[in-house]
Amino acid sequence: MDAPHAILPFLDPLNTLAGGLFLLAAFGIAMTRQAKGCLNLFIAQSLLLAVSALLLGLKYASWHLYGVALVNVIAKPVLIPWILRRTVPGEVYTRREIEQVLNIPISLLIALSLAILAFFLGGLLQEGTALELHGSNVPIGIAGVFIGAYTLTVRREALPLLIGLLAMENGAFFAGIVLARKMPLLVELAICTDGLIVVFITGVLIRAVHRRIGTTGVGTLSELKEHLPGRPREEARQ
Amino acid sequence: MNVIVLLGLPLAAAALSCLPWRRFAPAVTIASCLAVLADSVDIARRVVGSGPAVVAPNWIVVDGLSALVLLLIAFVGVTAAFFSWGYMSAEAHAPKRLRLYYVNYNLFIFSMLAIPVLVEPTLVWIVVELTTLCSALLVCFEDTREALEAAWKYVVLSLMGAAVALLGFLILFAAMQAAGGEIYTWAGLTASASKMPLILLQTAFLLILVGLGTKVGLVPMHTWLPDAHSQAPSPVCALLSGVETTAVLYVILRLFPVLKAAPGAHAEAWATVFGLASLGVAAFLLLQVRDYKRMFAFSTVEHMGIILLAVGLGTSEAHYGALYQALTHALAKSFCFFAAGAVLLATGTREIASIRGLIRISPIAGAGLLFGGLAIAGAPPFAVFLSEFSIFKAGLAGGHYLATGSLVLFIAVGFIGVLFHVNRMVFGEIHAGNRPQLRLPASCLAVLGITALLVTGLGLYLPEPLHQLLRLGAAALER
Repeated sequence: MDAPHAILPFLDPLNTLAGGLFLLAAFGIAMTRQAKGCLNLFIAQSLLLAVSALLLGLKYASWHLYGVALVNVIAKPVLIPWILRRTVPGEVYTRREIEQVLNIPISLLIALSLAILAFFLGGLLQEGTALELHGSNVPIGIAGVFIGAYTLTVRREALPLLIGLLAMENGAFFAGIVLARKMPLLVELAICTDGLIVVFITGVLIRAVHRRIGTTGVGTLSELKEHLPGRPREEARQ
Repeated sequence: MNVIVLLGLPLAAAALSCLPWRRFAPAVTIASCLAVLADSVDIARRVVGSGPAVVAPNWIVVDGLSALVLLLIAFVGVTAAFFSWGYMSAEAHAPKRLRLYYVNYNLFIFSMLAIPVLVEPTLVWIVVELTTLCSALLVCFEDTREALEAAWKYVVLSLMGAAVALLGFLILFAAMQAAGGEIYTWAGLTASASKMPLILLQTAFLLILVGLGTKVGLVPMHTWLPDAHSQAPSPVCALLSGVETTAVLYVILRLFPVLKAAPGAHAEAWATVFGLASLGVAAFLLLQVRDYKRMFAFSTVEHMGIILLAVGLGTSEAHYGALYQALTHALAKSFCFFAAGAVLLATGTREIASIRGLIRISPIAGAGLLFGGLAIAGAPPFAVFLSEFSIFKAGLAGGHYLATGSLVLFIAVGFIGVLFHVNRMVFGEIHAGNRPQLRLPASCLAVLGITALLVTGLGLYLPEPLHQLLRLGAAALER
């Protein structure tokens, strides 16, 4: 199926726009204080990923990329929030992180430099290959992975940490729809199912931590260290 | 066909473990693990006899290297299942939680068995991620504050690594397509490697090495490992430390033939650097541990470093040594954690400082710990000594004097660390606070006996079929 020639010239700019917004959402996930806002940004990011897959699908006339777009639209905005509602305690949505490890301007600077690094690396990859890896998907995807990893290091609340993990996977996919657009759809489906299991298991863990310790600030857990400062450790079996 | 049964058995056992009859779940788990072991021995025999078993071309293929890893997983799966039977019933858990344990146990075994038999890299990535997810609830099974913290760190860091590795696997796919390759399997990658753009291949390899290396416990991504491998129930520790790390390392090793086929990719240099770093850091951390399960966990980091370093040495003797080390490590480390479980049952504490005179509190736990310490530290005549010696010989023969010298030095430091702590716990005056001894369950004793026999036996004699399997596996690491 060929795309109608009338839209072809608009596909690349539109895809770049989706990429820009995707990167913006990644920044938002790293910075937003409200847990609920983080989730909404993640949903927006997943939809942008689907939009990009759809546009590239039109460009390359690839059914496989339409499949990726469809899987993303179903799994992330619908199924993931549904699983979260059933597993994690409702309290996590209302949590705000007042004290982040770094203040927001410094965070923003670090995230920006990570994005620049990602564009540098993406440029190297594009130069080194004769394959058509042009466009902004690869560097933006790598930036998504980096900023997601950064989110994991500065967040303390359970839900934003989980969202950071999922955002990293989104980033890998955003690059992946260009890097590996001929990959079998079966693999794509399996990875998405796997993402749902991630949310389920992590949700169960968050619930267990909340029940046992009474907080969802999992980042503050720090009992396990090499040197315990003279404090007797809780025995394994009482 | 065998391979399909192999994967189906643990899944069926997981479903059956949900049934609410008492003692049914452990029985079905043990039965399924025994069948899996018999099946994987059969597969290994056939692979040695008549070459790789192709079940579904481009999806499921078992060669020498896969068969070796399968065998290790199946063996520790059986011993840990037997050990769980006695160990978990000694700890008074609610029947429902116990069933949940066995369901997760079987799913965990399934996900590990799937790693070596699949040949499509992205599917392998998925099952690696599944091993994390299936074992997360096993790690926090004790439901203490520490266990939950350990499980949380385990899940977050492993999945973070997995996302990085996913990017690597996608770039690898692009590299293969740029080289005109069509079939995304380990063999397909090796075939097209010489034409791959070097920058793509190297970036992909590094991302995968760092991403999956997080789950193997390579320094500096190892921080979660001592927590998770010490807080989980002891039979689960045996699986995590003994075979899960090896199974994930296997995925990294699969990339070496690909990189060797591409001139100028320098995979060996990276393996040497990460191997030596893990080995060195873990050896010195072993000196200052305060918890004996953490001690064995650090020793796992050390052994993963040894294996990776041996692969980095690059000769076929060194590859043989690396796989030999994986084999002896799986046996000796699972024994160590079984012994640690016995010590925990006998004394009720994990702290080295509060255990003295163990040999008099519980002779079996004390003797087991001493035996395990000697075996894992690499004292002759145990199996680990032989495999470490074979790596040493290969290193000297290959002219890698600096790497081999550091290997010997760090192993010696690790040896002193382990034996110092074990010595303090096993001998000496009994502390007043130590609880009176508790009889160890019969199944735990049996497992300790059988594993000890094997660890000693393989130190004296390596059976010919096993030798051939190791040779086949080492050949798979060449291009």
